[in-house]
Amino acid sequence: MLKEKYAQEIASLLQRYPEGRQKSAVLPLLHIAQQEYGYASREAIAEVAEILDLDPTHVLSIAGFYSLYYEEPVGKYVLEICNDLPCALRGADQFIELACQKLGVNKDEITADGLFTVKNVMCLGACDRAPMLQCNLKFEENLNEAKLDALLTQLRQQAASGRQEATVVDKILVETHH
Amino acid sequence: MTHIILRHRDIKDIHQLDVYTASGGYDAWKKVVREYTPEQVIDEIKKAGIRGRGGAGFPAGIKWSFIPKGQGAKYIVINADESETGTFKDREILAFNPHQVIEGALIAAYAVGASAIYCYWRGEYMDAGYASEQAIKDAYANNLLGKNILGSDFSCDYYNHFGAGAYICGEETALLSSLHGDLGQPWSKPPFPAQSGLYGKPTVVNNVETLANVPPVIVNGADWYVAMGTEQSNGIKVVCMSGHLKRPGNYEVEMGKVTYRELIYGEQYCQGMLGDKGFKALLPSGGSGPVVTAEALDAPVSFEGLNPYGSMMGSASVIVMDETTDMVWAAEKMTHFFKHESCGKCTPCREGTFWLEKLLIKINSGRGTMADIDKLESVAKQMQGKCLCALGEFAVSPALSTVKHFKHEYVAKITAAQRVPAGRGTAMPVAAD
Repeated sequence: MLKEKYAQEIASLLQRYPEGRQKSAVLPLLHIAQQEYGYASREAIAEVAEILDLDPTHVLSIAGFYSLYYEEPVGKYVLEICNDLPCALRGADQFIELACQKLGVNKDEITADGLFTVKNVMCLGACDRAPMLQCNLKFEENLNEAKLDALLTQLRQQAASGRQEATVVDKILVETHH
Repeated sequence: MTHIILRHRDIKDIHQLDVYTASGGYDAWKKVVREYTPEQVIDEIKKAGIRGRGGAGFPAGIKWSFIPKGQGAKYIVINADESETGTFKDREILAFNPHQVIEGALIAAYAVGASAIYCYWRGEYMDAGYASEQAIKDAYANNLLGKNILGSDFSCDYYNHFGAGAYICGEETALLSSLHGDLGQPWSKPPFPAQSGLYGKPTVVNNVETLANVPPVIVNGADWYVAMGTEQSNGIKVVCMSGHLKRPGNYEVEMGKVTYRELIYGEQYCQGMLGDKGFKALLPSGGSGPVVTAEALDAPVSFEGLNPYGSMMGSASVIVMDETTDMVWAAEKMTHFFKHESCGKCTPCREGTFWLEKLLIKINSGRGTMADIDKLESVAKQMQGKCLCALGEFAVSPALSTVKHFKHEYVAKITAAQRVPAGRGTAMPVAAD
């Protein structure tokens, strides 16, 4: 349960908002919940709703509105590739195809080993370093085929080692509180 | 040049508090909190004429002056939702020069009497957000933030808050709705945030770059700032250059002094078109400003520079396209963005962006008719002036401006589709929609 596992972090997050305004924490809590469950599962939604005393349908509508929450299961590593105009001018459409081809999946599918999902996303604010992607919120920029291969190899090794690497969500929402 | 906003390019490790302080950082804040009345701060910022750098260009000092005087909770919200296609300046500023933004926000908080600052980041920028956490901690540890700052009776907290992927949250009322824990949808103004903003309290929402302009104005004085730029556009601007360029990136320029041509070809800027291809067109403000052609290249970068060409500087996110670019394809890409990002609250935007994209896909995929060009313009005109916020108003600009400048490309796609394939006899009928 999130409220036990992340009791301290949740308490710290709630303190950021004035008394009676704890609903504000719904986005940060959903980030933590998604990290824990892999996606915004019904279970995750129900727990966040309970912590904030909100209607689960409200939390579900939030998860549906914002693009960083996944409503369906995804791979351990989500490669979110931007192909908006500035990136597409530098080959991002072809780069998405390349990534899908290398992993043997279509967009939004999960590889058979459960490791990867490729998603096509809107501008990520790194247009000067296209093609680029975000893998579990970490920016990978100025990409080409060799760099993609290296990234996939590194992620596979990381998964095989069983080491738990701190994610961006861990760092910002779990490790830091003041 | 010496940078005023992108100071991390001149001073290594300026994200560290000791380095920032050693190079004059927080001098403005110390001066303000010890010597200035809130009214003096607002007057100085008004005199400097800092206009909003998020794109709208509203003068920051005037925005601050709308906040009612007196007791009660008030807030500063930093708009770090930077999501306009082609915009990547705020991420660089906040990740590498975070103290200058914190300092600017503190000065704003003092000027309006706010007790808390919320920095609303787009969720995708969490890595940059993490980089700024240390800056916040250090500012607290040195009593630059927190209770009774620097021995004064002024107290102010600072919190990072992360969104979760929604372009619309860059619109100030949508941002506030999101911060309330609701869907990021704008509300109809009034009430303006200055009257009833975050948690129903008076609130100033300022862009990251706007706030980064504040400390140097306090240190050097409004006259110094006014001396830079043009009559309508004071100071400096960070320009995001992307697309078919040899050296894309952020460049800090004095307003009105550098042309788009210089930015593209200048040795200290982008050094020319990728592969030395010819220039075709540019989008000066991401997807939101109408596309312009080579005739506008000698226009200066300033709020008013592109007025004669029917476009605008906006957030100065310049997407440059070479001679090989298919402009119908580009219009479809940009329109897809707006359709994807429409929040769905008002019908003209929700339905309009859907139809614009549908028509563009049809034309671009070779199934269009000449009537579809008229239909495109008709849908766009039915959206203009009828949407709840700027997203819908701007969403028409890729379609309308490409039809204006590149109608021949639309016509070519349509006639190519209608042409008889070689050796196939009579013309194929065009598929009815």
